[in-house]
Order: sequence, then C-alpha cells, then structure tokens
Amino acid sequence: MKAFIKKELFHIFRDYRTMLILFGMPVVQVLIFGYAITNEIKDAKVAILDQSGDVLSSRFVSKLTASGYFEVDRTLDHPSQIEPAFREGRVKQVIVIPSGFGTDFGLQKQVTIQILGDASDPNTANMLKTYTMAILNDFQMQELGKQSLPVDVKVEPLMFYNPELKGVYMFVPGTMAIILMLVSAMMTSISIAREKELGTMEVLLVSPLRPWQIIIGKVIPYVALSFINALLILSLGWFVFGVPIIGSKGFLLIEVLLFIIMSLSLGIFISTISPTQQVAMLLSMFALMLPTILLSGFIFPVENMPTVLQWLSNLMPSRWFIIIVRDIMLKGSGIAYLWKETMIIFGMTLFFIGLSIVNFKLRLD
Amino acid sequence: MPASQNKIIVVENLVKKFGNFIANDHLSFDVSKGEIFGFLGANGAGKTTAMKILCGLSHPTSGKVTVAGYDIYTQTEKIKRSIGYMSQKFSLYEDLTVYENFRFYGGIYGLSRSEIHSQTEILLSQLDLSDYKNRVIKTLPLGWKQKLAFSVAIIHKPAIVFLDEPTGGVDPITRRQFWDLIYKNAYQGLTVFITTHYMDEAEYCNRLSIMVDGKIKALDTPAALKNRFGCATMQEVFLELARN
Repeated sequence: MKAFIKKELFHIFRDYRTMLILFGMPVVQVLIFGYAITNEIKDAKVAILDQSGDVLSSRFVSKLTASGYFEVDRTLDHPSQIEPAFREGRVKQVIVIPSGFGTDFGLQKQVTIQILGDASDPNTANMLKTYTMAILNDFQMQELGKQSLPVDVKVEPLMFYNPELKGVYMFVPGTMAIILMLVSAMMTSISIAREKELGTMEVLLVSPLRPWQIIIGKVIPYVALSFINALLILSLGWFVFGVPIIGSKGFLLIEVLLFIIMSLSLGIFISTISPTQQVAMLLSMFALMLPTILLSGFIFPVENMPTVLQWLSNLMPSRWFIIIVRDIMLKGSGIAYLWKETMIIFGMTLFFIGLSIVNFKLRLD
Repeated sequence: MPASQNKIIVVENLVKKFGNFIANDHLSFDVSKGEIFGFLGANGAGKTTAMKILCGLSHPTSGKVTVAGYDIYTQTEKIKRSIGYMSQKFSLYEDLTVYENFRFYGGIYGLSRSEIHSQTEILLSQLDLSDYKNRVIKTLPLGWKQKLAFSVAIIHKPAIVFLDEPTGGVDPITRRQFWDLIYKNAYQGLTVFITTHYMDEAEYCNRLSIMVDGKIKALDTPAALKNRFGCATMQEVFLELARN
C-alpha cells in the first residue's frame, strides 16, 4: 500500500501539466471569480444631466459619488446627448435632474428624477437603478429630516450575513465545490482509467493486492491533494478577499473531507464505466463540471430556475455542499442545521461506492 | 505440495459459461514444473478466458483447478503469491524509471527493500541493462520494455509466470532474444505458461495445446503434433485443426 501511494505521487508530481492544473487552477479560479465576475457594483460610470444646477442637486450628485457605487463620467448639457453617451458604451446610467429641483424640493412639491439605464445588460441596469433609488431615498430622508413631517414611514432593509452584498462570499463555496469535484472525481477517474488502458490494472489484479487496496492506494494521494486545495481556497478567500469563517473551522473541514470522499467515489464509479482516459475525461467534464457550474446555484440561483431544473439540481452533490459551506462560513451554522445536507452527501457517497462495487464484480465474473 | 509433485498446474473438466455461451468446454490438461507450455488458439477460442481463470481474475463455472498446488476456489490468495503475470501491453508505468517500476511491483508483492534491491540488480544484469536503471520507461525501445516487463513479472520469484501474447508488435530479432530470456529462466525451474499467435514461437514451446471453439483440440510436443497431422510446420497443423 505504501509503495502504491508513493508510485501514485510520482505520477502526479512528474507530470507538470497535472501539477499546474492541480495547484494553479484553484488560485486562478478564485482570483478570477473574486475580482472579475463579481456581480456587485463598484464605480459604475454615470452621466448627469443637471437641468437645475442648484445647491441641492450638486449635494445629491456628491452623495451619489460618495457611495462608492458610482463615478460621474461626464455631465451633459442637453437631453440630445443622452443617446450618444449610451452608444459609446462607457456610461451605464444617466440621471436627469429636472430644473427647479432645489426650489421644488424646498417647497415640498412633487419632484421627479429620471433614471435612464443601459438595459443591454439588464442585470446591471436593474441593480444600478436599485442602488440609485436607495441613495435617493436616503438623500430625501436626510434633507427632509431637517424639517419635521407629520407622518414618516421608513423602510430599512438590513442584509444579514453579507451586509455589503459582496459577491466574493458566494464564490468561495462555489469555487471550492468545482475544484474539489474536478480534482477528486476527474483526476481519480482518469488515473484509474489510465491503469486500465495501459494494462497495468490486470497486473495489479493478478497480484496479491485486493481490489479495495488498489482503489484506496490510488485514492489517498488525491484525498490529500484535494484537502490541500480546499485549504488553499479558504485561505485565499480569507487573506485576499476577507471572507470570514464564522462557524466552526473543524466542522467545515470535516464537511470538506466528506465532499472529497463523495467526489472520489463518483470518480471511481466513472472509471468503472469508462474503458479509456478520454472517455473518463469527457464523462467527468460533461457529467460533472457543467452541471456543477450551472445547476448547483453557484452562478444561477436555484430559485430562479424552471421547476424541472430545480429537481435536477437536487441531484447535484455540489448544490448541497455549497449550502453547507456557505452556512458554516457566513452564518456559523452547526450540524444541528446542516444534518440534512450532510446526510444527503453521505448517502450519495454510499450510493456511488455501491454502484462501483457492483460494476466491478460484474466485470470480474 | 499435494499428490503430483511434478504437476504445477492441474486442470480437470474446467467449464466457463457466459450466459449461454460456453467459453471453456471441459478443458483438462496439466503443466509440469519448469515446462514452457504454449497455449494457442484463434481469437475468441477461449484461451484468454482460461488464462484469466488460472490467474484468479475470473471464476470457473465448474471443474477442478489447482495452480502451484493450491485450489483455485479456496486458496486464491496463495496462488496469487506464487504466480507472475505479464500482459500483452507490457504494463510498465511509462512515466516512472526502470528502478521505480521494479520497486513498485516488488512493493506490492511485499518484498523488503533489500530484496527488491538485490532482485533488481540480478534481473537487470541478466538483461545487460544495469546502466539504464534510472531511465524513464517511455524513453526506452519497445524490445527493452518487453524484457523489462518480463523481469518485473518475476521479481517476486514466482513458481509460474503467465505471459499473455508477450511478443506482439516486436521484430523477429527481439522476439528471438526474448525467447532466450524465457529459456534461461525455465532452465532455472520457472514454469512458463504462454499464449501466442506466432506459429514460429509455438515451435519453441515444450508442449502445446491448441484450442478451437472452447475445446482443446490437440495437446502434445510440437514435433509429435507435426508428426500426427503430417505437416512440416506448426502453421499447417494449426490451419488443419482450425479447418475441421
């Protein structure tokens, strides 16, 4: 067994490409997701068409920019400039302040501010609109607060666990699910399929080693590597993006280990049904990677999917894992809240191990 | 060892069925210690199935089989320790060095570090490849890989070595050298059980069995077989048998 693990490590470390994928990818993915594809708004370019030009309107504009979400790209002089500004593509939103803004406001008359969004990117447009309205509300309260109003209804939304609505937080559990799935399932299935392809599997089966010893020997190095990867992702999240781990770190690591074992058993199962490395690779890519990314709720919220896809997403181990990791990290939940998800992953592990054993027996017979 | 001291493999009425298909139909034969036993047959004649059963990779449907004195049904583990196996793909790890391959295979047979070391030295010097100990397998020519695969298969000093079409894709000269290697080891008492497609190789065996459609159609020394069928070469004997 010891000889086996050593040999397997030699395989991994001697293949620079595998090494690069193993350790480069988690870093790159976390950084890409963390920096680039976040869906939070930061320094969005806006144009201001200020037809009023009084003290109040400039106070509003400076409040807008002070929020950090917006950056005034330019000020327009005439409504005819709005379209060209959008066409250029830099400006995501135009805010039109009507003339007499300050005076009307002072007289407590109805004031209308027009928000024009670039809906060619509807998500961003929508989010920018929401942000602007929130700032506007805030501004209104502030200004009116100086005078007294008879009735004052305030809505105060409070975002729990992730008060700044930071996208990065979601990406850490998501990336972890993808990477662990990839490393554990894909790498093991390929490496077992390689033994079959080279004919070394036959030799191993003829040897006194029992099949379970062969499998364990092959799998242990990948457990270790996946675990290192998980730690790498968590610490990247912590040090680079400041993602907290509120819950028990020990519990989190146990769940990570469980998910790794689940992915490995899935990888073993894939290898029992694929005769060559290529088949194993394709199966892992299409059967694992894409659903993991698309259906797990990592990128698209499960609640927004059509019902059929919601059912399908229940079958994705990563969906449950993402819930577990997110809840432990951001809410500090313990086993009392997460036993259901844990049991599901545990059940899936047993299921894949069972399937692999059945498949293996069939082949030997 | 029980009963027949000299018989290292004894097969009586071995039957293997896959559903309705009978791959091995009442095979009976035995192999003596130190013998080079050739197992011939067209593709699909059932020789691979029989060999898998002897190696413990597959279970027989019925029949009595002992390998190295151990029963195939109950003492599989002991059988596995006394046999070596070389597959037709030469089954070495391409990205490991020669020595690492020896060390790995020695390791899975439970050899100690010093045993592995001394065995590797002996086997490599036998091949004149001691200087290439630290070369990565994939940089070596096919003929060398073949010989190394054979050496790796006997690193744990098995009583019997099973060679599954070990000379596929190799040129005649290299094949000839490979047979020299087999002879050298058989002379030292190793029993060699070999399947092959090459009829010139069949002539090198001490005894041959020729399988057709799951049955053993002939079993004797190459000379006796040629005599019986009145043929000049094994090639003709084989075709004669396959035709009927």
